[in-house]
Amino acid sequence: MKKFWLIAFVAAFFAAPAFAADEDTITIGVTVSQTGSLNVDSTAQLQGSEYWRDEVNAAGGIKAGNKRYKVRFVEYDDQSQGGRVQQLYTRLIVQDKAQFLFAPYSSGLTATAAVISEQYGKIMLIGGGAEAKTYQLGNKYLFQCITPADYYFTGTIQALKEKNPHAKVAFVYSDDPFSKAVVAAARTQATAAGFTVALDESYPPATTDFSAIINKIISSGADAFLGGGHYPDGATLARQLHDQKAGLKFVAILVAPDSPKFATLGPAALGIMVPSQWEPQVKYKPEFGPAPEQFAKDFQAKYKVEADYHTASGYVTGLLLQHAIEQAGSIDPEKVAAELNKTDVTTLFGKDKFATDAQNHGLQMAHQMVLAQWQMKNGTLEKEIVWPDAAKTANLIYPLP
Amino acid sequence: MIGLLASIVDGVLIGSVYGLAAMGITLIWGVMDVINLTHGAMIVGGMFGLYFLTEGLGLPAYAALPPILVAGFGVGVALYWVAVHRMVGRPPLMSLLSTFAVNLILIGLGTAAWGTVLFNVSVSLPGFSLGRYTFPGTHIMAAVLTAAIAAVLYFFLYRTRMGKAVRAVAGNREAAELVGIPTTRVLALAFGLGVALAGVSGMLIGTMFPFTVLAGDAYQLKSFVVTVLGGLGNPTGALVAGIALGLVEGLATPFMPVSWTLVMEFVLFVAVLIAFPGGLFNFRRSRRST
Repeated sequence: MKKFWLIAFVAAFFAAPAFAADEDTITIGVTVSQTGSLNVDSTAQLQGSEYWRDEVNAAGGIKAGNKRYKVRFVEYDDQSQGGRVQQLYTRLIVQDKAQFLFAPYSSGLTATAAVISEQYGKIMLIGGGAEAKTYQLGNKYLFQCITPADYYFTGTIQALKEKNPHAKVAFVYSDDPFSKAVVAAARTQATAAGFTVALDESYPPATTDFSAIINKIISSGADAFLGGGHYPDGATLARQLHDQKAGLKFVAILVAPDSPKFATLGPAALGIMVPSQWEPQVKYKPEFGPAPEQFAKDFQAKYKVEADYHTASGYVTGLLLQHAIEQAGSIDPEKVAAELNKTDVTTLFGKDKFATDAQNHGLQMAHQMVLAQWQMKNGTLEKEIVWPDAAKTANLIYPLP
Repeated sequence: MIGLLASIVDGVLIGSVYGLAAMGITLIWGVMDVINLTHGAMIVGGMFGLYFLTEGLGLPAYAALPPILVAGFGVGVALYWVAVHRMVGRPPLMSLLSTFAVNLILIGLGTAAWGTVLFNVSVSLPGFSLGRYTFPGTHIMAAVLTAAIAAVLYFFLYRTRMGKAVRAVAGNREAAELVGIPTTRVLALAFGLGVALAGVSGMLIGTMFPFTVLAGDAYQLKSFVVTVLGGLGNPTGALVAGIALGLVEGLATPFMPVSWTLVMEFVLFVAVLIAFPGGLFNFRRSRRST
C-alpha cells in the first residue's frame, strides 16, 4: 500500500508540469515582495495584475487568432531582495516555462530581473521600475508601462513654481537607485526653474529616525521639501516633519503618500503631496479596458481595499500584454514584441507608448503623472488631484497649514 | 549654533532610548553569556503592544507601559524555557542560532499577519521649542521614562535580594549555586527582564515614530553597538553608552551627510573593540578578560 502511494505521489509530481504546460494556457511569471520592506507597494501591484488575470479568464481568456488562451500566473516571494530575484526569474523561465514575465516591484529589483529576462529573450512588462538606466543598456524585450523616474517631480516643480517662483528646496531622499534617479533629474529641473537648492542629502533606506535630518532642513532655511523613497521611510518622514514643526510650505514625498494607508498618520498627512502615476479620479477615456472609475469601484468591491497607482500599474501591464497578443493574433514572442513596440494607446492608466530606438528601448514615452495632495474633506482625509489643471479635483493648498 | 544644540539635545533624547533597548541585551549577556537575537522582534512586540492597547482597547499611550512591561517579562520567561535554557553553558553559537531561529519565526509570523504595513500611534503631547527647532513631547517623555526605568532597574539590581542574586549569578554562577541561589530561576528572571526592557523600549519608540514588523532590525543593530560601547554585561554602561552614541550622532550630523552616520558608528564600534574590549564604561577589569 505504501508503495502505491509512493508511485501515486511521484506520478502526480511529474504530471503537474504537464498540466502547467497546457497549450491553451499562457504562463506569466512574476515575483512579489510578500516579505521585506517593499511588501506594501509590491503586493498592491500584484493584486492589480491578478485582478486583470481573473477578469480575462472570466471572459474566456485572451483571443489570439482563432484560439483563446487562459492566463496562469506563477508567483514567488522575492523577499524584497535582488539576490532572490535573480534566482527566481531564472527558475520562472527555465523550470516553470513562463512565456511572458511581469517585473517585480521597484527599480532595483527590476534592474536585476531585466538581466535574466534579456538573457533568455523573454518579454517583460514593467509596472514598478521607474529608473531609466535599466532601459538604456541595449535591451530588446523590456516594456516600461509607467513614467520614468526622471519625470517624477516634473509636475511637482511646475506646481511649486506657480505658487513660489523663488522657492528654496530641500532634497532629502533615500539612497536607492529609484530615489537617486528621481532627485538627480529634479535637481536640474529645479535649478532651471529658478529655485535655490537649500539642502541636498540622501539617507540610508532603512533609516527609522529623521530628527537630525529635519534639524538640518530647518537650519537650511528651506521652504519646500522634495524627496523620500519608498513606503516606510516616506511615511516616517511625514510624521516627523509634522512633530518637529519643520515650518515647510510645500512637501512632496515619493511613493508613500499614494497609499490609502497614509491617512493613518492623521494630522501629519494633511497637505502632503505625492507625484502619482494614477489616481482613481483621473478622467482618461480608454480605447479598451475599463474606465478608471469603474476599475477603482470593481477592484475595491473584490479586494476590500482602495486601488492606488501600484494597483493600476499592475493591471495595465496585463492589459497591454493582452492587447499586444490580440493584435499579433499569436503568442509568438517576436510577434508580440513587435506589437508592443507599436503600442500607442490610452487606457484607464493614461497614454502608453514605448521607445523603440536601440539606446532606450522600452522606456515609457507618453504616460504622464499627476500631483495629488492629502486634504481634509467633510472631516476625513482625502487624496485630491491638484495638478495639472486639466485633471485637478481640488486647488493646491499652499502654504501648508 | 542653535541648530547644533538642537541636534545634540535630540541625539541625547533618542540615545537614551537606544540605551534602554541595549540594557535588555547586556543584562542577558551579563548573566548567562547569551546573545539574544530575538531582541529586535521583542522591540517590535512592544511597538505592536502599544498599537493594540491604544487603538484596540483605547488606553492612553503611556498607560500601555505597565502591561507591556509585565507581558514582556512573561514572554521572556517563556522564551527562556523554550529556546534558551538548554543552550546555557554551551558554546555561544548555539544560543545565537537558537534565538536567531526564534527571531525568524516571530518576524515571519508577524509579516504573514500584518505584512510590512506601517502602523502609527498618534500621541498628542506638547513639545518644547528652541528658536525654530522643536523637541517633540514624545521624545522628551521617552527620555524621562527611560531614566525612571533605569533607576528602578538599578534599585532592583543593587538594593533587593533578588537583584543581588542576579548579580551574583552574573559574577560567578557556580559560586552562586554553592551558596544556595536558585540559578535556573535567576536566569529565567534575567531573560524575562531583558525582554521586558526590549518591549518597553519598543513601546517608547512606537510613541515617537511609525513602525513596521521589520522595524526591530535597525534598533537591534544599534543595541549591539551600544552594548559593546558600554561593556558587555554592564546595564549602567549601556544606558550611558546609548546617550553617548546619541550625542555623537547629534554632534556629527550637522557637519557630515546623514548617510555617513552609520559608517561612523561602526568605525567607533570596531575602534572600541580593539582599544577597550571591556567597553568604554567598564572601569573594572573585564570578567572575561581575566
